Parts: sequence; C-alpha cells; structure tokens
Amino acid sequence: MTDTNPTVNSAGYEVPPELRQNVAITTLDKIWNMGRRYSVWPMMFGLACCAIEMICTAASRYDLARFGMEVMRPSPRQSDLMIVSGTVTKKMIPQIVRLYNQMPEPKYVLAMGACASGGGPFKEGYNVVSGVDQYVPVDVYVPGCPPTPQALLHGLMKLQEKIDSESITSVRWYGKDDIPAIPVPLLGPDLIDPRDNELIKQETSKKPAAPAAAAAPAPAAEAAN
Amino acid sequence: MTDATTAAPVEQSELEKRFPDAVKADARPGYAGFVVETSKLVEIATALRDEMGYDYLSSVTAVDYYSDAPNAENFIEVVYHFYKSTGGGALVLKVQTPRDNSVVPSLTPLYPGADFQEREAYDLYGVNFEGHPDQRRILMWEGFAGHPMRKDWKEAFYEEEVKPFKNRWPEGQVYRIEDRNPFNKNNKYPQGFDPVGFKETDDPKLYEVLERAAREYSEDIDTEQVVVNLGPQHPSTHGVFRMAVRLDGETIVALKPVMGYLHRNHEKIGERNTWTMNMPFTDRLDYLSSMSNNFGYALAVEKLMGDKAAPPERAEYLRVIMAELTRISNHLWAVGFLLNDLGAFFTPSLYAIQERELILDIFEATTGSRMMCNYFRFGGVARDLPEGVYAKIKDLVFERLPRKIDELDIYLSENELVRSRSEGVGVITPEEAIAFSTAGPVLRASGVPYDIRRADPYSIYDRFKFDVKVRYHGDVYDRYMIRIDEMRQSLDILKQAIPDLPGGAAGGEVMNGKNPYQVRVPAGESYGRVEGPKGELGYYIVSNGKGNPARYHVRAPSFINLTVLEKMCVGQKVADVVVNLGSIDIVLGEVDR
Ligand code: SF4
Repeated sequence: MTDTNPTVNSAGYEVPPELRQNVAITTLDKIWNMGRRYSVWPMMFGLACCAIEMICTAASRYDLARFGMEVMRPSPRQSDLMIVSGTVTKKMIPQIVRLYNQMPEPKYVLAMGACASGGGPFKEGYNVVSGVDQYVPVDVYVPGCPPTPQALLHGLMKLQEKIDSESITSVRWYGKDDIPAIPVPLLGPDLIDPRDNELIKQETSKKPAAPAAAAAPAPAAEAAN
Repeated sequence: MTDATTAAPVEQSELEKRFPDAVKADARPGYAGFVVETSKLVEIATALRDEMGYDYLSSVTAVDYYSDAPNAENFIEVVYHFYKSTGGGALVLKVQTPRDNSVVPSLTPLYPGADFQEREAYDLYGVNFEGHPDQRRILMWEGFAGHPMRKDWKEAFYEEEVKPFKNRWPEGQVYRIEDRNPFNKNNKYPQGFDPVGFKETDDPKLYEVLERAAREYSEDIDTEQVVVNLGPQHPSTHGVFRMAVRLDGETIVALKPVMGYLHRNHEKIGERNTWTMNMPFTDRLDYLSSMSNNFGYALAVEKLMGDKAAPPERAEYLRVIMAELTRISNHLWAVGFLLNDLGAFFTPSLYAIQERELILDIFEATTGSRMMCNYFRFGGVARDLPEGVYAKIKDLVFERLPRKIDELDIYLSENELVRSRSEGVGVITPEEAIAFSTAGPVLRASGVPYDIRRADPYSIYDRFKFDVKVRYHGDVYDRYMIRIDEMRQSLDILKQAIPDLPGGAAGGEVMNGKNPYQVRVPAGESYGRVEGPKGELGYYIVSNGKGNPARYHVRAPSFINLTVLEKMCVGQKVADVVVNLGSIDIVLGEVDR
C-alpha cells in the first residue's frame, strides 16, 4: 500500500521490537481507508465504446475482482464510483447529473476515455458535451480511445491512492454543511445549464452582430405543426 | 469488385414505360437510379412492391444540395434504395423537394421499415413526411433549434466548412475552441431566448403518443394502465437505450423506443472530414465489429474511385478473414449477453468474452488496437500480418474456436430454462421481417434466406462455398440459434480463406500503390453495403469531386432492426422486453451514430 499522506496513515508511535508480533498501532484513517479502497462498488453504467472495455476489465482475463470492485451495481444508491465510460451527449447529461446526485457520499467519478475527459473524437459534434467535468466533479481521468483494460485498472489504482490520502476528520461528507446537489441541465433549443442562466440571458438579448450569427431558422413547415 | 449493384435494365425500362411522365433516369454524371415526381412516389412504390418484387426497402435518407452561391439550385433530395428479398441489385428512387417547406409523401404505410428512417430525415433535415403515423424527432429532442444536418446549419463549435482546418497554433499560440464560445461550452441559443422558467417538451409528446397507441388496444375489462420507462440507464447492458412502455398489468400495450442518447453526430462530422479521416470514425459506429464497418465504407468509396483503388489479392483475403473473425467475436458477445438478459447473469458471457479476447489479440497484433482497428484503406489494408499471427489465426480457427463454439452450444442450446424463456417469444413472421426492413440474423431467423454475401456478392465472397443459414420460427430462440449457426459458417469460410491466402505466412503486397494521405474521389454517388454481423450495413456517399464527402450516410442495421421491436413486444409480458431487445443485438454507437 502506498502512503501518499503520511499524517493519515502513520500513528507516529514506535512499537518495541519484542511486541511487534502481538501489537500493531495504526490510525483510524488507515483502517477506514483500507476498508474503503478494497470495496469500491462501481455503478453499472455504460455509455459507449469505452463501456465494452470496462466490461472486459470486469471479465475473467483482467478480473476486476482482484481489487474488490467486481460488484457492479445497477442502482446509484448502492454505488461508490461512477465510471463515465463513453461519450457524454447533451441528451444524456441530465440523466448523468441525476444519477450523480442520487449516489450517496462518499462518491467518486472516473472519466474513462477521451470522450468523457474532454469530448474526444466527437468533440465538435452538436450533441456532444466536451467532457463530463463540465457538470460533475471528476476524480480520475483515464486517457485512451478506448483505454485498454490495463489503463482502466491503472486509473482505479490511482483512485485507491486518492482514497488512502483522505482523512475521516476532514472529508467533506462528514462536515457540517450540506453538500448541494448539482442542478440538472434542461433540453431546450440547446442544452441549458441552469447555472448559466444569467449568462445565457445576457448573450441572447444582445443585438446580433450579423444575421448569420443567429441559429438557423426552423423551416416554416415545422412552425405550422 | 462486382457490378451487380444496380437493377437489371429490363426492370428499369419497364418502370419508365409504366410511368413515362413521372420517372426520369438520373442523368447527373456518376449517378444512377430514377428521379420521380413527388406526387407519384406512393403509386410507383406500390407498383414496385406488389408487381415488380422490390419488397425490401433497405435505406431511406435525405441529401441537402445546397450552395450559398447566388442562383444556385438548392433542394433536398430523398433517396430510397429498394431491393428484392430474393437477391439482386438495388433500384434507387429519388424525389426532390424545395429546402423550405419540404414535403414528401411517407412510405411508412407501405413499408413500415421506413418509419425510423423517415423520422431521422425529419429530425436532421426537416423534411416533412406526409402521412407518417408518428413524426417526431428521433435522435435529437423535441424543441431543439434547427435541423442540424442541413448544410447551412452551424454547430456551436463550428470552425471551418471542411477539414483539414487551418493552423490551430496561430503564431505558436494554441487555442481551444471552447475559449471562443461565450459559455465556454458546446452550446448556442437563438436570439431572445430566455432560459428562466423553461419547460421541456420532449417527454410530454412521447407520452401523448403512447396514450394514443394504448387507446387502440382494447380489452374487455377496464383496467388502469401505467407508463414505465426502461432506461436510458438500466442494467440490461445494451447501453443508453430507453424504452417507454405502457403496461396493463404485466402486459405491454404500447412500446416506443427512445434513442439519441449516444447521438454523436457521426454524419455531420463525417461531412467535414476528409475521405480518409472517416475510416477511424466508422470503427466507432458498431464498436464491437469495427472491421466490418471499415469494410462497407471502403467498398462504397472504392466503387467511386474505380480501378485505381482495386485492392490486391492478399488484401482481399485479409479483408474477408478479418470480417469473418469480427463476425465470430460479435456473435460471441451477442450470445453471451442474450443469456445475461435471460437471467444467467454474467457466467455465460464470461466464457464468450474469453474467446473474444483471443480474437482481439489478433486484431491488436495486426492493427495496434483491440477494438478500434482502423485497418482498411481505399485500395487495400493498412498493414500486413505481423510475424506469428498467421499461425495464431490458423490455430484459433482450426483448433480452438470450433471446440469452444460447440461447448457453448452444448451447454446452452438445450438448456431447459433457456428454451422455455425464449421459444415462442417475440415472434416475427417472414412477411413482417421483410416489411420492417430487418436485416441480418433477425431476418434470417424468420425464415428469409437473405445474406448479402450471397444475394449481392461483394469482395471475393463468390469464391467460397457456404450455405446461407436460416431458421424458421422467428422467435428469440431462433435468433439465438442463428448466431451459433453463423459462427460455424464463418469458421467454414475462414477455413477456406486461410490456406488460400496469397503469400501465406510470409507476407505480400496489401495496398494498391502507396497508402495515400489524401484521396480524390470522382463526383457521383455510391452505395456500398456489406453483410455486417448485425445485418446490412450500408454507406451512401455523395462526392462532388472535392476532398470531403458531400453526403455521408450510414444505413445502420441496429437502428433499422429496432423498428420491429414494438411489433415483437406488444401483447407480451414486460419481462420479455429485455430479452427481445437482446435478441435483436443492438449497439448504440450504431443506432444513434
Ligand atoms: S473515448 Fe473513444 S472508445 Fe471511448 S467512448 Fe469515446 S470514441 Fe468511444
């Protein structure tokens, strides 16, 4: 186990050599984190091509069970980790944000592949969100298109390191303040992020610089429907 | 290469004779088929279906002929590809309609398989199909501004009309496109739009349609019906697909598939890309069988390029070998996950995935990637087999896979639970299968022996001996069995192709000439289709002689096969929905594109 945060994982006491067979001193954080790092339950949630590699990671050859992570849960209420495995589209992001809000703390997000990390090959597309981190906070990014199972495993091990570095005294979910839910985006004429409302209003009430800058007008036939 | 892709002249002249005023042969250079009068379309299609045997409407799509030059002739063309379910080439019809106020009669009442394709054309091009029973947006959501595939519609991250773009590092300064967007996101809004208090319109419209469908379904006892949404996030592992069902107790009275959750704008991006740039994008359509996707696209473009892109013998064999290995790996996955849907959670899939991994090893060694192979080029394949791979393929095909497929067959096919859950479920008759334009295993499991490798041979498939596999009950069990059959059939083809591979293990030429970075494609249209693992995978491309496709359309088998899902499910129990879906074997990358 790597000790990324010495204050979390070392008790600071020296055990006399003759007692080392019988006594071990550790910190609550270390025990707590050891339990958590070996039982990260991912949500069974595949988006696109990367999900296939995620399934292969869970299958026999790469065997996610070695890390205690094979228990994929279809329900967000039972999962600790959301592996965003694939292209995040505008039509799907409201669901992703909703699922994220439904996951209980502690929760982690792993962006798997180029698409989830930053839009990937389809970034310029009109229905593609350039990275899931525009809406939900991401803990680990795994590059690749698709990342190989090995790369995903590496990302998961990085997540374990992150878990190791957390302390029960300072994690946000035991703090006094409520953690606010992320506002769910809406499907309007384009994707609407409620956090941007002010900005959108400001921009759309500007006088158009040139008529070409406005969105393509809907054909007359549609307006008649 | 084959020329059997356009219909026999006899039928062409017959069509012209019968409808002398309404049918004109398409005279544009590089084009084929007929331009027909919009008002006569239904009448002609009826004659095609009922009297001339063109009972299979394979593909419907729209093309936007647009140029902002003054006096340019701008119009939208809707293109139909008809086939006979007994085999042979295509009969292509086109209707033209003005860009504003585009109206075309719907063929859905005649060919129900046109349903989703017409909705797609409406969604992306704004063509109204008169008489369509349920014209709603399909890939985008109701309320989205504009019809994005139109040539004058610009996305929020629009940079230039076509690639390659000018320098992204002006004076050594890199920039990101989102920095130029006021919201720092891939979004744009129409003038005067106010987001406060906005209400979505997509779902209400869907539920309205469900209710309408439910009213047509009458029962003696008046019961309360409920609407259940399955997906887009659900454990049946077929990706982000949603089915809105209306239930009466446990019985389904109406079902509407909802898709577009993975709509990645493949075609819009494809029309900005150069020809070669699209090859890796085709990998990401049906990401379980990237080699077959490459195949179809390469065929379509090579058809336009003519002899200068004829692949060498070795490349032809390698193409077939890779395509058949892909079919096996796809069917392994499909069978494994169908069992998943039946309730045998993950164990059969583990066995199937294990074999698939071995095939992926071959792909990885040859192309450098497990899934996204990007292997085909216009005029050949990208690289030759590396050392040792020939022996590995041989070993897999002659030794291991036959045994393992038998093993799956023995353990699963006669299993009591499998049989009782799948026999007689989701039955599709042959007539329905043809009318709904289903393709591939779904069509053949319903007793229609239609396989493009036989019906309209491409590449070198006419050199191999194999039977078209067919099963006759049209239920889930047969759709499962046909996949086992097809794996064996693919092995048969491979067993003929591998010893014949010119150059064998030693290697040889795999590209016609140098592997070009940029290709020039003569103006014209072409439709290349292959028998993909999921059915007829077609690419309709239009070139205007420039470095980028003017139109790039994918006839995605998973997408069109889904048209029949409602038919399969209505009247059955809700527990069978997921099984029916699994037996169609969809991949969302291809459904939504
Ligand atoms: S990163 Fe590549 S493999 Fe992963 S979802 Fe995106 S396109 Fe598919």
